[in-house]
Amino acid sequence: MEYAIELRHITKTFGSVVANRDVSLCIRQGEILSLLGENGSGKTTLMNMIAGIYYPDDGEILVGGKSVEIRSPKDAYALGIGMVHQHFKLIDVFTAAENIALVLGPNEKYDLKAIRKKARAICDEYAFELDLDQKVYEMSVSQKQTLEIVKMLYRGAQILILDEPTAVLTPQETQKLFSVMRNMKRGGKSIIIITHKLHEVLEISDRVSILRKGEYAGTVETREATEASLTEMMVGKKVELNIERPEPVNRHLRLSVHNLSVTNAEGVRVLDQVTFDAFSGEILGIAGISGNGQKELLESIAGLQKTEPQSSVVYYPDDDRDSTAEQLIGKTPLDIRNMGVHLSFVPEDRLGMGLVGSMGMVDNMMLRSYGEGHSPIADRRAPRHLAEEIKEELAIVTPSIQTPVSRLSGGNVQKVLVGREIAAAPSVLMTAYAVRGLDIGTSYTIYHLLNEQKKKGVAILYVGEDLDVLLDLCDRILVLCGGRCNGIVDARKTTKEEVGLLMTRLQEKGGAAQ
Amino acid sequence: MSDKPHALHEPLIRVVRRSECSAKLKVAVRLAAIVLALVVDALFIYFVTGLNPLAVYTTMFRGTFSTAMRFSWAMRDLASLLLIGVALAPAFKMRFWNTGAEGQVLMGALATAAVMIYGGSALPAPLLYAAMLAAALFAGALWGFIPAWFKARFSTNETLFTLMMNYVAIQLVACCVNIWRGQASGLGKLNSRTKAGWFPKVFDMRFGINLIVVVLLVVLVYCYLRYSKQGYEISVVGESENTARYAGINVGRVIIRTMILSGALCGLTGFLIVGGRDQTISTGTAGGNGFTAIIVAWLAKFNTFTMALISFLLIFLEKGAAEIASAYNLNDFASDIIAGIILFFILGSEFFVNYRPIFRKSHKEVR
Repeated sequence: MEYAIELRHITKTFGSVVANRDVSLCIRQGEILSLLGENGSGKTTLMNMIAGIYYPDDGEILVGGKSVEIRSPKDAYALGIGMVHQHFKLIDVFTAAENIALVLGPNEKYDLKAIRKKARAICDEYAFELDLDQKVYEMSVSQKQTLEIVKMLYRGAQILILDEPTAVLTPQETQKLFSVMRNMKRGGKSIIIITHKLHEVLEISDRVSILRKGEYAGTVETREATEASLTEMMVGKKVELNIERPEPVNRHLRLSVHNLSVTNAEGVRVLDQVTFDAFSGEILGIAGISGNGQKELLESIAGLQKTEPQSSVVYYPDDDRDSTAEQLIGKTPLDIRNMGVHLSFVPEDRLGMGLVGSMGMVDNMMLRSYGEGHSPIADRRAPRHLAEEIKEELAIVTPSIQTPVSRLSGGNVQKVLVGREIAAAPSVLMTAYAVRGLDIGTSYTIYHLLNEQKKKGVAILYVGEDLDVLLDLCDRILVLCGGRCNGIVDARKTTKEEVGLLMTRLQEKGGAAQ
Repeated sequence: MSDKPHALHEPLIRVVRRSECSAKLKVAVRLAAIVLALVVDALFIYFVTGLNPLAVYTTMFRGTFSTAMRFSWAMRDLASLLLIGVALAPAFKMRFWNTGAEGQVLMGALATAAVMIYGGSALPAPLLYAAMLAAALFAGALWGFIPAWFKARFSTNETLFTLMMNYVAIQLVACCVNIWRGQASGLGKLNSRTKAGWFPKVFDMRFGINLIVVVLLVVLVYCYLRYSKQGYEISVVGESENTARYAGINVGRVIIRTMILSGALCGLTGFLIVGGRDQTISTGTAGGNGFTAIIVAWLAKFNTFTMALISFLLIFLEKGAAEIASAYNLNDFASDIIAGIILFFILGSEFFVNYRPIFRKSHKEVR
């Protein structure tokens, strides 16, 4: 049996950190191989060595049975290897066709007409939907990803590596991606896909290779695998895959949102008269295709968005008495904190909003509390203790609590952020895509933390994308569609289909409230 | 693109980031850089100018160290450069690219000179110094505030704005100097008869106070940026405005506050230059130090103690190059090349502090 790629005893270290130790695995011609592993298990590093980004310290790579040296992405292209990274390598102001032109070989002519023709043929062959004359900045994430894949195929890729391609896609877009992946497989391409979503692994791949802590943990045929068996291989022990959902206790009104509207800088109404109540001791899920107002909703409540007149967000500290209620609209985050409202917020953009990438855990712990007290000197003792506590409790992997958090893996970054926000003893906790890009183990840690907060009487707003999780974790689910509240359903009684329908089809205005 | 990609070899040298670098290694790398620089320089000196490299090096060294006077001049120039570097540190830490230090220094100097001229005979000495200082701080702060306000209010580009403010300041100084000198060919020392507003001599040097202030400021600004709440805010705003807003920081206020501080420190430098060093003013009072200081601040990664070392290096090379040029009757270019090679190697050594080259393994060659 000839393999498309064979890795033999690959080792890669970064300073004292071993990213890959003695990893051997192979991918067959014309198969889809899933590469599975927890955050920081070395999947991306391994793939980067095939794509010529890194060079292995030790070991051997065979392509088509021959030992090769891949020193740069150029060498990788020449061997027919193309990788689509998590962060796209596209030029915003160029059109799709112009971006494809960037990967032309040295002997090819820059002839946009010919490029367009050849790219069009590739799109037709595998049923990609791509407008070759569209500028990249006008494209959705899904379209950019399609362009990246077409670009690689144009360059003659026979082996395609996709690094967490579905993390940023809606369920519908994921299905579209899977169908073109199947087309490419039929066309004889070999595809390696990195993903954390086990049901996707089971759906799309032929075989699954698993890495654990940088080491090779084995390969299984997908049809013989289950979610539980894969998780066990990945984590090294059995993991309970049920999300608990305690009944809300002592439920009373905490947050009353009324007629909340936001118009963005381009003049588009991104949030349109959203009205709902959130209760203490309850997890309110917020579902919707990404970009339907979730970000603006949470940011308005946190005091980070300019809202339209008539918008109202009323906070009730103890119970639903109006006498102690506070209006949050028109206040800055600092005002809100000074009012004694403990509002915790885990934003979607972890390193761009929630944390300071160049700072260590200690300095990030004090981000929202540094101003306390009257001393002009910032107190770093308490944050240091907190950082050590959170590191311990959430098992955060970092060389030191002073290491810049941008150097940590995605899961650990998220743990730092969630840990800090929960440590602030919130009465309202808002999370946006709290488990995006996280592995199974870390995801369940986060669900568990949220449930702990719920039991303490915190009102939780959980913006999520995985419908299965929303249905299992939340008490009620609010569905956003086109910036409007398209219905609030009881998560214990509803179905995936009902929520999916609310996500995509806007109801008549009268029926939108409940 | 190669037709036979499998015939490729492992790259001859590849570069790997060091996870950490021990203090010993850092010193070793930098020493090696200096030795290498001297070797390369020796080749240049010997083959191009035909001089004896060792003699040239001695001369270069003498530029700063030959006499106490030479050394004190070097310290005087270092003080001016370093003061501006330190003044830039808060703004740069906030990623506010203040290229207007030259103008802010000139405005401080102009205000100081104005107080000396119009208040020199009217005010008692302590009051005169206080007025000079206050005027300089205010003028520098104003020159920092204007671009900061526009940045905070309209998100204008601060680099161009502060740069343009330099030329406004230079023209203002030129205008005032013309008025003040009257019929004379130059302005000359201000209050040369009464010495009003001249700094008292400390360590037998008119600019002794400048040295004390620069040492104090290096420590103070370091602590301000490192330990104070405001310093923390500056770092957060510099990293990401979104994060700062999320943290409840009023971004516009921090920008304005920090630039007032940066401008005021530049103004203070102008005060020290006029009162302690020159006792006069011209459009050359800042002498381009406002721009050189940008290099100092960048190379030091905004750490004020490192700035002190870098400023010293620059001043040492500058004095050394001038000394070589005059001692051997070389043209300025040759002596600048000699100094430049040393600078190049020392800066280049930073690369090897952060990265480690790995050479192709010999066993792979055999295969």
